[in-house]
Amino acid sequence: MPYPEELKQLIKKVEATRAVRVERKKKNEEVPFLSLDEREEMLKYHPDVKEEGRRELKVGPSKGYAVAHEMADLLEARSRVEPEKIDLSRVEYETDVLVIGGGGAGTAAALLAQEQGQKVIIATKLRHGDANTMMAEGGIQAADKGHKDSPYFHYLDIMGGGHFKNVPELVETLALKAPDAIRWLESLGCNFSKWPDGTMKTIHGGGTSRKRMHFAADITGAEMMRTVRDEARNRIADIQVVEFSPAVELVLNEHGHCAGAVLYNMETEEYTVVKAKSVVVATGGCGRLHIQGFMTTNHYGATADGIVMGYRAGLGICFLHTVQYHPTGIVFPEQAEGILITEKFRGSGANLVNIDGEQFVNEREPRDIEAAAIIKECVVNGKGVPTPTGKLGIWLDSPMIDMLQGEGTVEKEFPGKHILYERFGIDIAKEPMLIYPTLHYQNGGLDFRSTGETTIPGLFVAGEVGGGIHGENRLMGNSLLDIMVYGRIAGKAAGEYARDNARDGKLTLDHVVKYNKEVQDAGVDGDRISPMILPDYTDPRTREKQLTSHYVGTLR
Amino acid sequence: MSVVPQEESTATVETKMVPIYVMGKRYEVPATLTIMKAIEYAGYKYIRGCGCRGGVCGACSTVYRKPGDYKIYTGLACQTVVEPEMYLTQIPFYPANRATYDFAELTGTPDEINRLYPELFRCVACNACTKVCPMDVQVMDYIAALKRGDIKAAAEISFDCIQCGLCASRCMGELPQYHIAQLARRLNGAYLTPKAEHLKTMCANIEAGRYDKGLAELKGMDLQALRKTYQEREMEPATAGEDWTPQDRSYL
Repeated sequence: MPYPEELKQLIKKVEATRAVRVERKKKNEEVPFLSLDEREEMLKYHPDVKEEGRRELKVGPSKGYAVAHEMADLLEARSRVEPEKIDLSRVEYETDVLVIGGGGAGTAAALLAQEQGQKVIIATKLRHGDANTMMAEGGIQAADKGHKDSPYFHYLDIMGGGHFKNVPELVETLALKAPDAIRWLESLGCNFSKWPDGTMKTIHGGGTSRKRMHFAADITGAEMMRTVRDEARNRIADIQVVEFSPAVELVLNEHGHCAGAVLYNMETEEYTVVKAKSVVVATGGCGRLHIQGFMTTNHYGATADGIVMGYRAGLGICFLHTVQYHPTGIVFPEQAEGILITEKFRGSGANLVNIDGEQFVNEREPRDIEAAAIIKECVVNGKGVPTPTGKLGIWLDSPMIDMLQGEGTVEKEFPGKHILYERFGIDIAKEPMLIYPTLHYQNGGLDFRSTGETTIPGLFVAGEVGGGIHGENRLMGNSLLDIMVYGRIAGKAAGEYARDNARDGKLTLDHVVKYNKEVQDAGVDGDRISPMILPDYTDPRTREKQLTSHYVGTLR
Repeated sequence: MSVVPQEESTATVETKMVPIYVMGKRYEVPATLTIMKAIEYAGYKYIRGCGCRGGVCGACSTVYRKPGDYKIYTGLACQTVVEPEMYLTQIPFYPANRATYDFAELTGTPDEINRLYPELFRCVACNACTKVCPMDVQVMDYIAALKRGDIKAAAEISFDCIQCGLCASRCMGELPQYHIAQLARRLNGAYLTPKAEHLKTMCANIEAGRYDKGLAELKGMDLQALRKTYQEREMEPATAGEDWTPQDRSYL
């Protein structure tokens, strides 16, 4: 729906200050960036600092570590299916490398594992490509313009964004392997936005010291995903994709090595066993847990399944005490609520302004700072813009982009969002967007090394499910990078392991039996099961009437 | 500190209700919901037909009609608000033909597309594909471009395609438009667009170990030194052009 009259009146205040703000932008007169001390002060308004939002885990390898209640609920839970009921002697699929997750990291891993001469199965919850990768808009970082940038500065930016707590070796590998990941995508035919001579177009993102954000219009992730997926489909002789079949448990063998997984076919409701010589967990994030009640940008299946499976199998977790709230999610129109507005709008010059049309923060701070500043402006300073349904938002002044870079830029550079708003009768080249922070990224995850390996032989981790690369806060453009760099590393390593080092042995789910007992002994609510697989959006009044439905967790 | 409530809790008893017909069956749903949320409100639980919930994955393409109107409308269930009395069905999958090819052996000539997808020339230019596209992609135009051998134009025109398959479902020539477009975009990206020279140079420099010393320095710093280096790092101005270079070139 178009902006109602009250909001149209408020937009006039944004228009009143716009010309001056555009002039200042042209002269590089920016709202000053916060110092590191000022950043720490601002972070007091970030949802991560709320003590009541998290609790210490009672079970598992990272017992005592405090994570969001919504995450703790899944970790302090028993398995979906009694491990004793699963007949491990009936192996449905046998392969060299099993990749769990069909997003960017999983697909990159599958391609590289196949290149080691291995047969691969990708098991995925929804369709191949239904993943947050597909939704990532703004871009992918890589320091590849040597006259002004290098992995040194990329490393520095990543560490600063992550509060200097990131795992250094993971950051170093990310920065060093970034250009090669871009080169690989280019060779596969990914259409990055380029100048006529082939030079990549690059812009700033929040927290970058150099313009190193590569992009493919405003659908960078979709362009990357459909490219690697297409390549995987060409290798159908070696890469089999099993859709609508999320993994629910990892399978180990008698030597303690990872040797497969239990899949759940959501359509036929069967549980089946995959036996593999090595396994890559690339299951992505957790936005659909709606931590602290926040709306989310994440796809339907982002329910932290890989964290649950890996944790039960014995991997520790890290940095899950922080969650990334993307500063700019749509808060009006309500139908589009939670949908991501890429940071590229701010990188291209759009200011954030309050109800009075005033700036209150530089629009290119790291995401946690930006989100905290918006929440503070709305909740503490009372300068938020009220929506018709009583929520608060801040203006993202997109029309500035056309004024700075020429008429038509918004439509050309942001075709996806332009169409989206056009359907609601809003022209974002002429009217600003109303935004509020939205749950976006799982900063932390399973412990793993820069080789993709974990403490369990044969088990590899890649992408959002892994923790440590981004410390306590990820910068824009480092997630698409993470999935490609670490997807390739994990896939290659898993392929080599399957080829050279894997040791066959009797399959077991004893770790699940043990975990269930630990959960029971800890006196945790006995009805909770995980992984969640899908969120439940059934209306509670409808659910009450589904008298003969048997719900297992959120699924019936 | 208050937070914005999660997206699915928006329907309240006071909300105005409208009837919609899901595959012919009537349900009363809140008038402000998208088709996707309305179907969930009605009591369905999605397994198929729902993906990103953000309008880019192509899982939830929906076909509908309005009362007293013969026209077939399309939209994405996650992006389209319900209309009273709409008759709808989702088409979550379409069994279109997809050619398999060794991408490394292609070179980007029109012949390659014609060989892999000979059905391209079964297009009769009826434009049903364009009319049905929920992303407003000019589907027939990119097919026409490919018939002329213009891969680059096809890649550009098809760029917003989300591969939902509705075009193929309506095509009397039985073309798998969205798969053909995927091939065109890959050929364009890999073979018809100049490669980035700076990328090759940087990869070679990294391979040669040019940045190892600087990174070792950073890894060896204590927190205070690292914070200082970070705080003092030189920022490329927002409006700088491609040729901008920093004052300090020591770690380049």
